[in-house]
Formats: sequence, structure tokens, C-alpha cells
Amino acid sequence: MYDVLHTERNVTQNDVKINAQGVQVYYGDTHAIKDVSVEIEDKTVTAFIGPSGCGKSTFLRCLNRMNDTIDICRVTGDIRIDGEDIYDKRVDPVQLRAKVGMVFQKPNPFPKSIYDNIAYGPRIHGMASSKAELDEIVERSLRRGAIWDEVKDRLQAPGTGLSGGQQQRLCIARAIATEPEVLLMDEPCSALDPIATAQVEELIDELRSNYSVVIVTHSMQQAARVSQKTAFFHLGNLVEYGDTGKIFTNPEDSRTESYITGRIG
Amino acid sequence: MPLLWLFLGVVAIAAVGYVLGRRRALQSAQGDIRRLHSLPSYYGSNVFIKALVPGIAALLIWLLAQPFYINSTVSGMIPETAIADGSNRGLVMAEVRRTADGLNNAVAVGAMDSNLASDPNADVAVVTQALKDAGQIVTSDITPTVLVAAQSYRAKSNAGRNYMSVLVLLLTVVGAALGLRDSHADFRARNVVEGSVKALLIAAASIAIFTTVGIILSLVFNTLEFFRLYPWTDFFFGLEWAPSFSGRGGSSKLGILPLLWGTFYISIVALAVSVPIGLFAAMYLSEYASPKVRATAKPLLEILAGIPTIVYGLFALLTVGPLLVSVFGKDGLGWMQAGTAVMTAGLVMGIMLIPFVSSLSDDIINAVPQAMRDGSYGLGATKSETIKQVVLPAALPGIVGAILLAASRAIGETMIVVLGAGAAARLSMNPFDAMTTVTAKIVSQLTGDADFASPEALVAFALGMTLFVLTLGLNVFALYIVRKYREQYE
Repeated sequence: MYDVLHTERNVTQNDVKINAQGVQVYYGDTHAIKDVSVEIEDKTVTAFIGPSGCGKSTFLRCLNRMNDTIDICRVTGDIRIDGEDIYDKRVDPVQLRAKVGMVFQKPNPFPKSIYDNIAYGPRIHGMASSKAELDEIVERSLRRGAIWDEVKDRLQAPGTGLSGGQQQRLCIARAIATEPEVLLMDEPCSALDPIATAQVEELIDELRSNYSVVIVTHSMQQAARVSQKTAFFHLGNLVEYGDTGKIFTNPEDSRTESYITGRIG
Repeated sequence: MPLLWLFLGVVAIAAVGYVLGRRRALQSAQGDIRRLHSLPSYYGSNVFIKALVPGIAALLIWLLAQPFYINSTVSGMIPETAIADGSNRGLVMAEVRRTADGLNNAVAVGAMDSNLASDPNADVAVVTQALKDAGQIVTSDITPTVLVAAQSYRAKSNAGRNYMSVLVLLLTVVGAALGLRDSHADFRARNVVEGSVKALLIAAASIAIFTTVGIILSLVFNTLEFFRLYPWTDFFFGLEWAPSFSGRGGSSKLGILPLLWGTFYISIVALAVSVPIGLFAAMYLSEYASPKVRATAKPLLEILAGIPTIVYGLFALLTVGPLLVSVFGKDGLGWMQAGTAVMTAGLVMGIMLIPFVSSLSDDIINAVPQAMRDGSYGLGATKSETIKQVVLPAALPGIVGAILLAASRAIGETMIVVLGAGAAARLSMNPFDAMTTVTAKIVSQLTGDADFASPEALVAFALGMTLFVLTLGLNVFALYIVRKYREQYE
């Protein structure tokens, strides 16, 4: 199945969704991200790979200003989504995060029912004017999250009672429910078993038709399977960025080659 | 042999045992520690424990049992005729013990010849005078019966002491010898020592539990005694609290309901003050405050918990009461007669409880995983929405537990009530009336010169028992709530 994906990707050239130029991130005195510039395309899965501590998660969290919640973190540079500077003073980070959804490494369903987990975002953003509309949003999100069939009979059961893979798909459905334009995923499969991982990867590929997906992963196989573009980070630098097929078959930088062949990392 | 010397002797034998045990174990391994099952110090400790424990145990048991044994044998020596009217055997025995102690002390300071002290035919007047000269307390003239009994008491105690010393030292030496016999390379000394440490920990834990059981038992017996003297229906359903202070008149009305009502009314006012303030303080401290503010504000808030409740009582009496009177009293709204009222005590108790609620809630809110907050922020929720809809629901069971703990504190509080709420037991809805609580009445029934066998004094135990059952129920309920919701959330 994935072999088919390999051959059909890179057929279309999409518009640039996120344009980051000269991004620097400091945690206190630590220089975590060093002058990273990258253009992320719309309706594309972009993978960030690199060894632990290389800054890929930090950079991902810059894209929806999640780093704002960390006191000692300082971000400079220019990050534009659809041409709009997201670090502009006039931008409300809360609004931004509704547009740029995020899925975390560990499934983190709220201690609420499955229904309320999905309805959380639409409720706080006032996306539904009636109960019926909200029901529809919940069903649509759960269907897109590829978990509807498993939970449709127990929407009032606590979301924390699901299995790990189901919880992660629930979190993805929850992120989709607010109709984001970009979906950030921070190692979404690292806490999942291979079967759940396969389900989530399949889901990511389906999401590509509607969203720009950015995924951080430690698994190079996963990056190769699900992404069209790959960025390799090393020690806070963006070493190489390009089409996934090219990065994995014919990397330009020797560090990239060393990493994907398992010599460094 | 004085007790201290005996104790030191036991410890000394055990210490020698430690050294010998260690050495013997090392010898059996030809000085090579690696051939030993345990480190050498474990072999030493093994001997030390085996010497010390039987010796000290025998010492304690003997010390506890000896007075009972001697008391019963000596008290059998006193004929019925020797007990004066209006007195009883217990009083005579107290006299005997006092005389025996006096003789002991007089001999110890050299004021009396030891032969005279133990001479059964000695002149009573001479002995009495000698005791008085030696500065010993002798209430009445000692009768020959008492003197003989006291001498017998003294002789038996001294003999008992000697037997005890011999037995304790013997047990110590035997224990040390047994321990030494085991000190060879294959013996698992470490397991024995660790087992003893475990036994010590178990003993410490059971002391706490047995004390609780003892407290309950002492309450139960006195409560039953009270219910023999006073009908329980009147106690639990009586609407009036009016103990008579004249003594044994049966005219006391001892209904618990006015006291319970006062307790609950004051507690509710206190919780109405402390829960919102404490909870909001906790939310600010854990979610909004910068680490610097938190580091200063939290200890400051917790200082409130360290203030003695009597100081809060003074605050209620001197500051809050008059302040309330000036607003709600005769010159203001006219609802309040005097400074002591449910409102006064409730407000001050509420202030006292703020740190309980806030500190516990703060810890609980902090324990909500950051992943929950991230998840909510990631969906575009504001801080306030995140707290309201994610953090608080997740922390709710713990917060409920904290509130119930504060409630049982409020129910058990005494000093603030005594000083702030007055002493009148009444059933009233007006929060500006003086009322009183169960705890305050327990104090007032037991202090004073009431006869301990009268229902007016014994009612205190029934009150205490009721309060105990209530707060226990509340705590069990709190634990149940916390457990139930925890299952759902984790």
C-alpha cells in the first residue's frame, strides 16, 4: 500500500502555507533553534526528522505559538501563515491555535466523555448554533478521525477509557473538529503499538486532502511512509529540506545521509 | 539496682555482643568479607538485636505487671475492719503506697534506719514522726495495719525489683549467646536484621492504630454509662440544652440538637467563606501567578494555618465581633444583640480554613498533567476556558476531598467558638444570634466541679462520641468521593 503512495507523490506542486524565515528560539541561555527557514506547502504532509534534542519539536511548537506557555522561551524571526505574521502583536495566539491544530506525543484526552472531548473546541469557538449541528460536527470529526465506528455506541463513555491508539485518534478527531487549516503532530505514534500506528498513519494520509500536516517523528520509516516533504534537523539547525523521496534516496548533506543510514543520531 | 543502671547494663551486654558477633562471623570466613552471606555489621546487629529485645521486653512487661500483682496481694492483707466508714479499699491502698514510698525515700536520704523501716513491730507513732521529719508527705497518722501493709508492699517491690534485674540480665545474656552461636559465614544475618526493622515499623504503625482504638473504647464506655442515666431518645431528639448545675438533680435537659445545629450553622458559614476564597486563591497561585509570586504568596498563606486557634478566637472577640455589631447591631440594622454570634465565629473560622482549602487545592490543581492544559491550549482555548473546563473538572475529586477535610476541621473547632459564638445553646435561623457547638459544650461540661458520675458530666462523652462518628463519616465520605472519581479520571 505504501509503495503505491511513494510513486504517486510529488505529482502536484502546492501553494506555500507556512513560510518561516530566520527563526531563532532561545530557552533561557540555550540557543535551541538556529536560523531556520522553511516553506511548508498546503495539502502536503511535511515530516521533521532528526535526533533527540535537535529542536524539531520546538520548531513545531513555534508554528502555533505553543511556546508562549513556556516562560523562559523566546522566539525571534518571521513566521507567516497565508502571508500573515503569526508573531505580530495583533494576532491572538488563542485564535491562531484554533487555526493551527495540534496533536501531542502522548494521547491526552480530557477527563470527559468522548462526545465532550470532540465538542470541546467547537463549543469554545461557538461553531455550532444548535445541538443538532454540534452532533453533526462531532460525528463528522469522529468519522474523519477514523474512530466513529468504534465509539458511535458509547459517545458518553469517558475518553480516557479508550485504548492508546483509539485515544490518539480521538485526539486527532478533536483537533480536526475546530476545522484547522494546519495540523501539527508531535510524534503522534511514539506511544502506540504498530497496529495503532498503521491506523494513525493511514489517517494522516487521508487528512492530506484537506489540511497541511506537519509531523515530527523519530521513525524514519514513518517519515518515508507518510510524508511528501522532509526536513532534517540537527543540533538546532535545519540541515536539509526537500522532497521525501530525494532526502531518503539521494541526500545532499553528508549529515543527512549519516542519519538516515543510522550512523549518527 | 536502679532502673537506669539495669537498662545501661542490658545495652552494654548487647553492645559487647555486637562486637563479638561481628568478630566471630569474620573469623568463620577467615577474615574474607566476600565469603560472608551479609556484611559483618549485620552479624553484629543480629547479636545486638537478639540480646536487647528479650531483655527490654521482659523489663517492660515486668514493670507493667508488678504493681498489679503486688497491689492485689497486699490489698488482700487488709481486713475489712481496717477500712473506715466512708472510705474504701482503694483509698486505703493509696495510703499504703504513699507510706511505702515515704519509707523508701526516708531510708534513701538517711533519715531513717533501714531496720526500723522494715520492723513490723515498730511503734507507729515513731515511724510517723520519723517520716514527717524526713519531709515525707503523710496525711493522717499511720495505723498499724497500714504500716504492716506498707512494709510488706515495700519488701515485695524490692524483692520484685531484684528478681527482675536478674531475669532481665539473664535473658539478655542468653539472647546474646544465641545470636553469637548463629554468627557464622552462612547465616543470613541481613535478612534477620531487615526483618527486625520491618517489625519495628509495624510496631510504630500499630501503636497509632491501637491508640485510636483505645480512645474509641474510652468514649464508648462512658457513653454507655451516660445512656444508662439519661434516655437516649431525649439526648438525640431533645430540642433543649439546659444542664442543671445544682448537682444531681434530674432536671437537666440534654438534647444534642441545638448543639448540632450550632455546629453545622457555624461550619456552613465558615465553609461559605473559606471555599470560594481558598479555591480562587489556589487557582491564581497554580495557574496565573509567576513562580516568584507563588514562591512568596504560598508560604504567606500557609502561615495562616500556623496561627493558634485561640489567637483567632481573640481576633473574633476583639475585632470581628465589634465590627459586625457596629454594622448589624443596635446602631445599624438591629439584627445583632452582641459581638458573639454565629457570624463572628463563622467568619473567623472561615479565615482560618482558607489555607487548608487553598493549599490542598493548589497541590491538586498542580497535579493535573500539563498534557491536559496543552491539549486545551492547542485547540485554541484561553487560559480561563482551560481552567474552567479541563483543569477544574480533572481536579474536582481532590478539591471535594480538600473541602470535606476543611469541613471536619470546622466541625471539630473549639476555641474560636468559645470566644466568638457565645455559650447559649439555641435553635435559631438568625446568623447574628449567639449559638454554641458540640465541642464548646464538651469543654464546659467537663471543666468545673461536676461529679464525674453525673449525667451532666458524662454527656460530654456522648457528645464526643457523636462528633467522632460524624467526622469519621465525613472523612469516609470524602475518601469515597475521591476514590470514585479518581477511577473515572485516570
